[in-house]
Amino acid sequence: MLVDILSWICLMLGSLLGIIGGIGLHRFPDFYTRLHAAGTTDTLCAALFLVGLGLQMGVTLASLKLLLIFMFIYLTSPTASHSLANAAMIGGLKPVLGK
Amino acid sequence: MMYAVAIVAIIITISLALVRALLGPTVYDRITAMNMLGTKTILLIAVFAALTGRHDLLDIALVYALINFIGVIAVLKLVEQGNLYTAGEKPNEESE
Repeated sequence: MLVDILSWICLMLGSLLGIIGGIGLHRFPDFYTRLHAAGTTDTLCAALFLVGLGLQMGVTLASLKLLLIFMFIYLTSPTASHSLANAAMIGGLKPVLGK
Repeated sequence: MMYAVAIVAIIITISLALVRALLGPTVYDRITAMNMLGTKTILLIAVFAALTGRHDLLDIALVYALINFIGVIAVLKLVEQGNLYTAGEKPNEESE
């Protein structure tokens, strides 16, 4: 029962963060702020979802796979965000400043 | 019920990211949206696996995570350098 409540909380927080990231993709003025909205919510959203699902599944092979997915997203999502910002900076895209 | 709400939230997020990928003024906006869409697809597959009890779908989610990362990096290299064969250093200005 307690596990169900914790899992529900994790999944709902993850859903909320995902939708916030999606709205942030539309409401921010330039690329770098949009990347901030998408990149920062992505990792925690995935982490909350996978923890919530892992609580439902218990200690099985499936939750080990969820842990692998979590570790991979945890490592690669900030890397992808960093290389996106780096590529945009090298590509000559200027951030909107002074607003 | 719990899984249904999560799936609806993921689909809303995917729709928002897809609209940004279609509208995006720069190519980097599009790549950001596709990166986010890929992550949400992984979560969608994971929630679907938990919903139907088919835990072998988690392998597909894991492979999708790998392919998503490699794809984003490859597309970024293609956009940044104009090709996929240049080594790490930046191309010379006068040679182009």
